Amino acid sequence: MGNFYTDNKDIKFHLDHPLMKKIVDLKERNYTQAQEFEEAPKDFEDAIDNYDRVLEIVGEICADVVNENAESVDEEGPKVVDGHVKYARGTRQNLDVINQAGLNGISLPRKYNGLNFPIVPFIMAAEMVARADAGLQNIWGLQDCAETINEFATEEQRMKYLPRVSAGETCAMDLTEPDAGSDLQAVQLKATLDEKTGIWYLNGVKRFITNGDGHISLVLARSEEGTNDARGLSMFIYDRNSDAVTVRRIENKLGIKGSPTCELVFKDAPAELVGDRKMGLIKYVMALMNAARLGIGGQSVGIAEAAYREGLSYAKSRKQFGRPIIEFPAMYEMLSNMEAKLHGIRTILYETARFVDVYKTYYFVSKERALDKDEKAEMKEYEKLANIYTPLQKLFASEYANEITYDALQIHGGSGFTKDYPIQRYVRDARITNIYEGTSQLQVVAAIRGVTTGQYLKYIREVYETSAIAPEQEYLKDILKEMATELENATDCVTAVGNTEYTDFHARRLVEIAGYTIIGHLLLIDAQRDEVYAKSADIFIKYGQAKVAAHTAFIRNFNPDDLGKYKKA
Amino acid sequence: MKGLKIVVLAKQVPDTRNVGKDAMKADGTVNRAALPAIFNPEDLNALEQALRLKDRFEGSTVEILTMGPGRAAEIIREAMYRGADGGFLLSDRAFAGSDTLATSYAISCALKKLGYDLIICGRQAIDGDTAQVGPQVAEKLGLPQVTYTEEILKAEAGKLTIRRRLERGVESVECPVPCVITVNGSAAACRPRNAHRVMKYKNAKTPSEAQESNEDYLTMTSTRPYLKIHEWTVQNIETDPCQLGLFGSPTKVKNIENVVFQAKEAKVLKPNDEDIDAMMKELIVNHTIG
Repeated sequence: MGNFYTDNKDIKFHLDHPLMKKIVDLKERNYTQAQEFEEAPKDFEDAIDNYDRVLEIVGEICADVVNENAESVDEEGPKVVDGHVKYARGTRQNLDVINQAGLNGISLPRKYNGLNFPIVPFIMAAEMVARADAGLQNIWGLQDCAETINEFATEEQRMKYLPRVSAGETCAMDLTEPDAGSDLQAVQLKATLDEKTGIWYLNGVKRFITNGDGHISLVLARSEEGTNDARGLSMFIYDRNSDAVTVRRIENKLGIKGSPTCELVFKDAPAELVGDRKMGLIKYVMALMNAARLGIGGQSVGIAEAAYREGLSYAKSRKQFGRPIIEFPAMYEMLSNMEAKLHGIRTILYETARFVDVYKTYYFVSKERALDKDEKAEMKEYEKLANIYTPLQKLFASEYANEITYDALQIHGGSGFTKDYPIQRYVRDARITNIYEGTSQLQVVAAIRGVTTGQYLKYIREVYETSAIAPEQEYLKDILKEMATELENATDCVTAVGNTEYTDFHARRLVEIAGYTIIGHLLLIDAQRDEVYAKSADIFIKYGQAKVAAHTAFIRNFNPDDLGKYKKA
Repeated sequence: MKGLKIVVLAKQVPDTRNVGKDAMKADGTVNRAALPAIFNPEDLNALEQALRLKDRFEGSTVEILTMGPGRAAEIIREAMYRGADGGFLLSDRAFAGSDTLATSYAISCALKKLGYDLIICGRQAIDGDTAQVGPQVAEKLGLPQVTYTEEILKAEAGKLTIRRRLERGVESVECPVPCVITVNGSAAACRPRNAHRVMKYKNAKTPSEAQESNEDYLTMTSTRPYLKIHEWTVQNIETDPCQLGLFGSPTKVKNIENVVFQAKEAKVLKPNDEDIDAMMKELIVNHTIG
């Protein structure tokens, strides 16, 4: 009889963030839907009350059903039967209960039977699902594909597919192929237009497709014969009811075992074009990816939450040398760092989700009416922020999920290495988070622009550094200001060389310096709203300060000519 | 079968499953303030059986009937979140102090007014553990009853086929409708609250609740009639006042004892086949297993 929402005040804390007022006002179009839809809220408080109630349902299901099934799902996993995926028994039960609870189409508009929730509560639900069973989060979280359909498909397509998603049909995004992983420009799956009927047909192979046998798939395919780059790719919807794709095999993975990772064979599979031809990779995949990266951020935070709790409870109950091991400095330091990192990745996750919410909602409003000048400027501003924060939060959330699960296992000692405890599952599940939807290395490639163009620095100085901080915590702000100066100096030092390869070499260090500074500020600002975060702010900022010192020392002492020493043949 | 009018009898109870030190008062009565009020667990199993019939037979309705104080309307909303169509709260000072006999009398009077094809309730409530109200309601209404129901296997031609969970096995029985069935905790768990329904029904209120929150109840329930939770007092149903409340309750509580369970004896077994064999036999003989 647990509840992953009510037992975790950190989630509610972020739901109560001041920017939510703006987001919800926009999302609900100033509460004009209350007459038309019986579920629509009449004001801001009513809307927040709805999110609160629905998240409580999610929390209850996650604790009492999904979490209880997690071990058996991890053991049993999905199977391929007659070219289709059969989920593990526990996964099927989880999905049944989630569907009965109406927890699909969470962010879709009401006219498609969605809940019309902002991204923030959607990610909160994702976090809880992942805390219970990270692999289920993959299947359930893929409903964000519907967001892309909502954004770019025709009204006819939206009416056809979106209510199905709201009713519980699952989705997939079919992007990667045997020879096109990080480099999606190399996608070869062939799309051919039958000129007479206007129907597209897909032929070829996709690989590493999460939930590849989902009901509704978004498929990236080469529609322009003779091309070899991104400009020849378009996006398609494939409906499983057409029964023209078979699952050749599913991968035997280290973690997220409940989630089927499929190799798919398309054989004259009928499909519908989404949006404009040739814009598949350039526009639509980027939108899909950004949404997915936020989802992985939520998944990472959920796994980290589960692992931290396991580590903490083990350290309290395990006695050695006549004392609970939590009393030893080596243990409590580890746990406090884990907690500070957990609070840190959660706060940047929801900061990013809010940025996405503001700009996406403006985007949809702009389809209904013309935005005024200020609104347009605001949409642009938040879009830019969303674009640079999304890779940064994905990088930190996934890397820290790995560090936190690693440390939590360490606290367990030898017991953690056995399957008697769930911690080994968390370690295995976390390991994919910094690989898929863009590896950490690729997040750095996306985030480094925010460093070199000075966008992070500008926001740090204009917004975070001007936030009101209690006098007794000013010392932390002083440290953060020094860190921002270090970011500026280190960036100048690297870019002054004028060699892009050299910038790439130091990119991760620079992005991390930005990350430590931003997360430190966010925790400090959180501490102003609730003092429980004061400890994490202090611990994280000092931890970040030391990391920044190490990075800047390395950069400063590095002779650009030494790059050659690192090159491998 | 055509649509059924199903009434689920439910009770709001103190959550006695996680009893702490302060659960009982010094005088031996339940300290209700220390225990959260919940939907009686087996009544949720009953609700699920009702909702499954509703899913199967188009046009069916599921309504909750509960007796209790004003706040018991919470469980009616809870049932609506999970799929019930609405509910009736039977609330009056005249019902106060009812034992099972007076409770089943009041409920059967309300049922006569309400009308029904099928009455479903939980086997027993976790605060009293009597398992008497369901069977008593059946007797008072002159209906057949099936207790310990685990699953309604079939429903056709005015007849239900029901699997009962008994102490040492299961049995399947047939029963004509209308009837009363009481559902066991081993039956399927109730479906969760549904997000859409929660948003739709969260403002459903009894007239008393609406009055407390100062709302324009008439306007609200005329535009959205599904938001009305019916509230019946003794005036709304036909009763014999002598059979109600404390007066109509022959049960007298003589004494309540606080019992603390503790292990009295321990037996040490050696890890060998003889001892394990002996233990197995002992457990089979005293029916702990087998």
